Amino acid sequence: MKISYQWLNSFVNLHEIDPQKLADQVSLTGIEVASVIAPDQGLKKIVVGHILSTEPHPDSDHLTLCQVDIGEDEPVQIVCGAPNVAADQYVIVALPNSRIAGNVKIKRGKMRGQASEGMICSLQEIGFSDSVVPKAYQDGIFVFPEAEEAGQPVFPLLGMDDRMIDFDITPNRADTLGMHGAAWEVGAMLHERPQFPEVKVTESQITTDSLLQVSVAEKSLVPQYLLKVVQKVKIQPSPLWLQIRLWNNGIRPINNVVDVTNFVLLEYGQPLHAFDYDKLTSHQILVRRAQDQEPIVTLDGETRELTSDDLVITDGQKPVAIAGVMGGLTSEITTETQNVVLESAVFDGTSIRKTAQRHNLHTEASTRFEKGIDQGSTTEALQRAAQLLEEIAAGESSRGILVGHQELPVERKLALDPKHVNHVLGTEITTAEIGGILSDLGFEHQLEADRYEVTVPLRRWDIFIEADLIEEVARLHGYDQLPSTLPVGVQTVGGYNRKQLLIREVRQSLLANGLDEVISYALVKDDEAAAFTAHPTAKIKLSWPMTQDHAVLRQNLISGLLNDLKYNLARQQSNVAIFEQGNVFRQVDENQQPLEVPTVAALWSGNVVDESWIEKARPVDFYDLKGALTNLLTTLGLADRVSYQTDELLPELHPGRAAKLMIGNQELGFIGEIHPSLQHDRQLPPTYVLQLNLQVLLDQEQKPLVSESAAKYPAVERDMALIVDHQVTNAEIADLITTNGGNYLQNVQIFDVFTGEAIGVHKKSLAYRLHFQNPIATLTDDQVTQAMTKIQTALQTEINAQIR
Amino acid sequence: MGLKQQLEQLKAQGLEQIQNVKDAQELNQIRVKLLGKKGPITEVLRGMKDLSVDERPKVGAFANEIKQEIAGAIEKQVQVMDQLALQQRLKHETIDVTLPGRPVKTGTPHILNQMIDDLEDLFVGLGYEVIDGPEVETDHYNFEMMNIPKNHPARDMQDTFYITNELLMRTHTSPNQARTLESHDFSKGPLKMISPGRVYRRDTDDATHSHQFHQIEGLVIDKHVTMADLKGTLEVVARHVFGNERQIRLRPSYFPFTEPSIEVDISCFACGGEGCSVCKYTGWIEVLGAGMVHPNVLKSAGVDPEVYGGFAFGLGPDRFAMLKYGINDIREFYQNDLRFLQQFQQEVK
Ligand SMILES: [Zn+2]
Repeated sequence: MKISYQWLNSFVNLHEIDPQKLADQVSLTGIEVASVIAPDQGLKKIVVGHILSTEPHPDSDHLTLCQVDIGEDEPVQIVCGAPNVAADQYVIVALPNSRIAGNVKIKRGKMRGQASEGMICSLQEIGFSDSVVPKAYQDGIFVFPEAEEAGQPVFPLLGMDDRMIDFDITPNRADTLGMHGAAWEVGAMLHERPQFPEVKVTESQITTDSLLQVSVAEKSLVPQYLLKVVQKVKIQPSPLWLQIRLWNNGIRPINNVVDVTNFVLLEYGQPLHAFDYDKLTSHQILVRRAQDQEPIVTLDGETRELTSDDLVITDGQKPVAIAGVMGGLTSEITTETQNVVLESAVFDGTSIRKTAQRHNLHTEASTRFEKGIDQGSTTEALQRAAQLLEEIAAGESSRGILVGHQELPVERKLALDPKHVNHVLGTEITTAEIGGILSDLGFEHQLEADRYEVTVPLRRWDIFIEADLIEEVARLHGYDQLPSTLPVGVQTVGGYNRKQLLIREVRQSLLANGLDEVISYALVKDDEAAAFTAHPTAKIKLSWPMTQDHAVLRQNLISGLLNDLKYNLARQQSNVAIFEQGNVFRQVDENQQPLEVPTVAALWSGNVVDESWIEKARPVDFYDLKGALTNLLTTLGLADRVSYQTDELLPELHPGRAAKLMIGNQELGFIGEIHPSLQHDRQLPPTYVLQLNLQVLLDQEQKPLVSESAAKYPAVERDMALIVDHQVTNAEIADLITTNGGNYLQNVQIFDVFTGEAIGVHKKSLAYRLHFQNPIATLTDDQVTQAMTKIQTALQTEINAQIR
Repeated sequence: MGLKQQLEQLKAQGLEQIQNVKDAQELNQIRVKLLGKKGPITEVLRGMKDLSVDERPKVGAFANEIKQEIAGAIEKQVQVMDQLALQQRLKHETIDVTLPGRPVKTGTPHILNQMIDDLEDLFVGLGYEVIDGPEVETDHYNFEMMNIPKNHPARDMQDTFYITNELLMRTHTSPNQARTLESHDFSKGPLKMISPGRVYRRDTDDATHSHQFHQIEGLVIDKHVTMADLKGTLEVVARHVFGNERQIRLRPSYFPFTEPSIEVDISCFACGGEGCSVCKYTGWIEVLGAGMVHPNVLKSAGVDPEVYGGFAFGLGPDRFAMLKYGINDIREFYQNDLRFLQQFQQEVK
């Protein structure tokens, strides 16, 4: 709500504090101020003009020549195109060299040959939003309702010299959605007690219950329902001071009766509704649930179909309003209205919220009921409206209030211990200071046994417990007064757990291997969710996604990496080496939290080495990614425990260039080239991926690292070349060599792989370098030859190798 | 001409030849020619037999002297020639050091993870534990335990991706407060934890909104932890991330799970508080929300609010990074354009 500085000043002495300064202070002690609005900002030289006479423009059928008194010695001529211009009007005149809305400069000029000393303005032309301009002046110039001194600036007369302080409230501070609440808040800050005008209703002899009966069927949803009738009202525009209050708050003035309900809404934060008494088919008001599919035409002209969850006000037969949301068209206040039923009520916020959502109908009233209102002023607001109708609509209020239901909440009594205040805040605020703050807030309090007994007024329904009172003290005492300290007490040793450390190591290793880290979305498309997943679970889907692109929880990280690849390829970035660490989500049971499996995945595409002046380009291949993987596993001490299996591969991978990674019988993940058909479908270059289940790595027993001294005796190297059948793998050969190599064999390195006609079809030649070493003595030639013989024999018998 | 004169003459000729030598080979030839068995000095010495017994040793000694002198000159010339050869070689081997180095690619950590890692390290140094929590949460922990019952207006503040009526994508990292409070053994000391991770809101992605972003929750609970401690802690964070000159400012706010609740502003790092476009001409930038843990949150988790209390805060690495590096579009974090990612290779402390 926008809080008018001038209106506020009528309740609280603001001591002429600068509005921006006031706003800044409010932001620091209570409620964030979004902005301070100056309606006359950027406008100048706009004054009251008195139209002395008019005559038609000789060369135009829609322009009028006006002789206007602008407070100078002589009247000036202004050409005006508005249809509603007439002699003896008091109007808004933009003088030559003035500025109007949109930073438009008005110049002295001629219109169709006739001199025009400025411009007669509509409200829109001086910056009013079309939505707040009274209907009568919407398509023409504004006319002051009374004579005003010509030549004076219009801004004070139209409330444009006011400053509107826009309170951006948090949900707990809806008490400031009315001027009274705002005045209490600002008053507490300034140590000024607000003063409100006394409500005085004259009332006729006719009692309200002789005019109306009321019953409330849903008392639990309607804590208060109060009615009063104002008879013999004279419908007319409201006085300007009242219209100003409305339009400065974004509400269009309609007529005095409707305006009064809106004015009291702004004043008290209490929504009111006015019905035309004579348009109610019976005077038996009943508040009940709507019937399913019961129709109502609301004030905005829409026909709405209600449900049994909507509350309605009925005239005994048909709904005449959706309770707390919007009135019905049939009982609308019109220029013919003579007698008015005023309603002041409290409706259940949750029920109102659901109704407002269901009908997508969010009004000033519904918003306030949703956020809560001061239930202590429901009666007073009704009386206040009646009083205003007596004053500005010549109405006669009925005697008394007709109560359909009224159940006031109990004022809370809370203890506030100054020791608690200082214990929580880390301050040394005195008991007296705390008492002063409670006084500023207008909270009754008494000191009993070193504690305050505080009575919380109904207007502060956000305060439930002592901690809420501590917050009041803290903010009004000022957070800038708070010392800066760090927690003392028992010292703790911070740290990372094993999983966090492992994740850090994995990331570090991949970074060191030249892969960039990415973060993709965990919510993916339906068909991406379970791709690249060996054993997918049922999909975990959002019940109401925002878009199908992010509708299902991922069970793999590769889909995201492929999206990242596509994104980069589309932007001429073709060398993509990336990885992501994150969770994949596996359903355990529909109604249970899924398993969140810490996972890492990498993708490599394009060149490992780009062509440069010094070397040739080299595209990535399987062994680049495998190298990175080996480094990662080595960091974790697990390289020799991982095996590469080539059966049961994922269908998304190249069947001849991929492996399933196993540690014992646990599935660690996979590595391989994206299947050529998939590459083709997605228009991707050759791309290699890997994914690891980090939980499997975490589950491995950690072997403590025990160091060994560097060998002191010389090592012996022997090379061996052999020819084997094509399908024999390096792993098989290396295994055979290692198992048969004896104790001194330290290391087996493959240094050549060759296929070609020279060695025969379906054959390949491999060459190994074997390192032998005896840690405690020099190796003899015999010992090495013995080992080599054993190895060669094994290779010949086991895999039919031909040793060269 | 006597022998001595002949020797003198040989020496003078030899030295001159040595001086004028052009390469090592020629020098070697000279050495053989002058000092060899068939060389002129030997030749001259053959004539010694005609000398008297008295004179022989004198001439012999003189001849040796000359031999040594010539050998020394050769030796010296060898060194000169070596130096020349080296100079030649160095000149020949000279490369253009301004050519670019052979590319060795290292990866760049994602800027959000850099931010998170850095804050984790900061808090671990302050004695905090790092606690992970589930991204798919229950309504119970995400809302009920955080003092946000059904129909609470704050549920509007964070539009939620529900999976079932009870399961949802966590909207904040706060549920880890409740989970940790439930499991922490206070007899073993205070609880100091941070909990970083992804969170989700039902938003349409645009420059300032992302349905997925990150949060770091912080929680300190002990018998006497004050709001002043919260202020001091947040000052440490603000200065660590945004520079030592930063001031912080607390403003009242509202979160259902803290009371009092505050928003925290830092003095603008771009203008130092004078007012500029970064701080929208206020001199201050809102960076995080915090407060003293609401007694209901402690109670729900089985912790006695009469005995224990403390503070909690939630900060956004995405927002921090956007502010610190002038990133205008939050989607850049998740689109993973390599050109965006790789610019954070630079050590950015
Ligand atoms: Zn700034």
